[in-house]
Amino acid sequence: MLSMAKKKLEADTKDAARDTALLHSMLLQRRFEERTAEAYALGKIGGFCHLYIGQEAVSTGTLSMLRPDDYVITTYRDHGQAIARGMTPRAVMAELFGRQDGCVRGKGGSMHMFDANTNFLGGHGIVGGHVPLATGVGFAIKYRGGDQCIVCFMGESVVNTGAFHEALNMAALWKLPCVFIIENNRYGMGTSLERASAIHDIYERGAAYNMARQQCDGQDVFAVRAAVGEAVERARKEQHPTLLEIRTYRFMGHSMSDAVSGTYRTKAELEEYMKRDPITLLRQRMEANGTLTEEHLRAMDAEIKAVVQDAWDFADASPELPLEALYEDVYADTTT
Amino acid sequence: MPVITYRDALGAAIREEMQRDDRVFLMGEEVAVYQGAYKVSKGFLQEFGEMRVVDTPITELGFAGVGVGAAMVGLRPVIEFMTWNFALLAIDQVVNAAAKMLYMSGGQFKIPIVFRGPNGAALQLSAQHSQAWESWLAHIPGLKVIAPGTPYDAKGLLKSAIRDDNPVCFLEGEMLYNTKGEVPDEDYTIPIGKADLKREGDHCSIITHGKMVLVAMQAADQLAKEGIRLDVVDLRTIRPMDVEAITASVHKTNRAVVLEEGWEVCGVGAQVVDYIQRDCFDSLDAPVLRVHQADVPMPYAKGLERAAKPDLPKTIAAVRKVMYLD
Repeated sequence: MLSMAKKKLEADTKDAARDTALLHSMLLQRRFEERTAEAYALGKIGGFCHLYIGQEAVSTGTLSMLRPDDYVITTYRDHGQAIARGMTPRAVMAELFGRQDGCVRGKGGSMHMFDANTNFLGGHGIVGGHVPLATGVGFAIKYRGGDQCIVCFMGESVVNTGAFHEALNMAALWKLPCVFIIENNRYGMGTSLERASAIHDIYERGAAYNMARQQCDGQDVFAVRAAVGEAVERARKEQHPTLLEIRTYRFMGHSMSDAVSGTYRTKAELEEYMKRDPITLLRQRMEANGTLTEEHLRAMDAEIKAVVQDAWDFADASPELPLEALYEDVYADTTT
Repeated sequence: MPVITYRDALGAAIREEMQRDDRVFLMGEEVAVYQGAYKVSKGFLQEFGEMRVVDTPITELGFAGVGVGAAMVGLRPVIEFMTWNFALLAIDQVVNAAAKMLYMSGGQFKIPIVFRGPNGAALQLSAQHSQAWESWLAHIPGLKVIAPGTPYDAKGLLKSAIRDDNPVCFLEGEMLYNTKGEVPDEDYTIPIGKADLKREGDHCSIITHGKMVLVAMQAADQLAKEGIRLDVVDLRTIRPMDVEAITASVHKTNRAVVLEEGWEVCGVGAQVVDYIQRDCFDSLDAPVLRVHQADVPMPYAKGLERAAKPDLPKTIAAVRKVMYLD
């Protein structure tokens, strides 16, 4: 009940600066991903490429509740979160283009965004494999006696892996400051949650570990902020982990090689979910609150489009690493 | 110089490194309250407390990943697998996380971690508990792989492994824990990637590592009685491999036998033979022979197990063959 009260409080409070920042973050991810799709079609981006469109309230809502010294780890659907965490669109786009000014110098691509400066511990490509890493970061925080937390994003298909079970059990057993966030976008590639998991309210998996757990609406950025805020506070003050199931929907295919609809989900279903576009919902709320005008929105969008165009131009101008760099960073040449 | 067991040499290495650097911790199954399945961590819990000597559930994939995560943010984990056979459950964390993180992150995230535990066959433990994994691990760029055969090497190399800023797989011979040898009390390290010439001779090289070093030394002793002088090259580190030590020996002896615990196909010996054929082609007086486990899962019955394992008679037979004595 406490969380409900907090949630209402924030959503109903007029705070133009706060809401504008949230909208800016979400719109930046949206415009960035739209251009990413375009660059992919033009062959400027290769490999696997998973877009974040439709899920922006999850990244923005979550990461807006963190401190700079907290940690973030995620999956291969990582562009939006990287940007929402504060990595520059230039560094992310240059990485997508495979260039030396990319955040990992063109050695990772779409699925492996990392940034030590923002404690962004990477996009990881093996479903479930990064969840034990998050428990390990939680262990290190406790080991050093800090009050940071680690947020671990994952898709809903992760809950069926052994790595998820092993990692959550230890996080709860050892009382570690981990916030496990399931971005339930309904489909693990083309397999619906109902066809993959024996239970459908998957936050209830937390019961198996006696872990605090909650479900929230991932299209409403304030609902995400409220749920994450509680979990972060629990991590900082009590060093207890939380399992959050944030219900969202991806508006694009699983990856660039997947049709948006028609095989495993219908166009009608997609259109139904698109009525709850997280950006539109926030915009409408701000307009109703009087904290956003059409004019402001147009100006913000123009500014963001320019930022993304700048990222594109920057990426396009950046060279690939020289071939001598092929063998760099296989091993650290240091000892302690 | 004090004579101690391989087990105590390993324990001393970890203890000294934990005293030296408070970022070093030991984690695994039964390492704390039980004091180690093989008693390597005897007394550790009392000395360092439960935050630094951490018992885990039986969850290899999970705690290997916990180690990698902790290493990403600055700790220096020593992760004990009760045996490397169980580490197969954790191989995704070793290969896809630990080994690739530095490269994949464009040099931003080092993974200073040691994965260690017993490797290779013991006695009558049958198929799932009797395997030597070094060739699997050494295949992976980003990993270092060490397999010491003596207490002295075990301590010096484990200390180097803990101080190294890369993921190191440390393979201890399951049958070596009770073996004894001279080990200094004082701090010393052995460089990773350096082989050791355990016996000098000019008739034939034996290139080996880990537990098989003992077999090679027995072969050298026995053949010495017949006037055959073996050059015993103990690789100690499988990756990076000391190619120079191998080729220097073969250039000297012109004959080589490669001895290992693991299976033949794509084994460590296959790589050693490749280095030899590339660098010593004109020096060879005979084809290089390999001694290894039979190409079968390890059987339980004593006689079958003996037949499957590389051993002293098989090694001597191989040496005699490359010397055209039989």
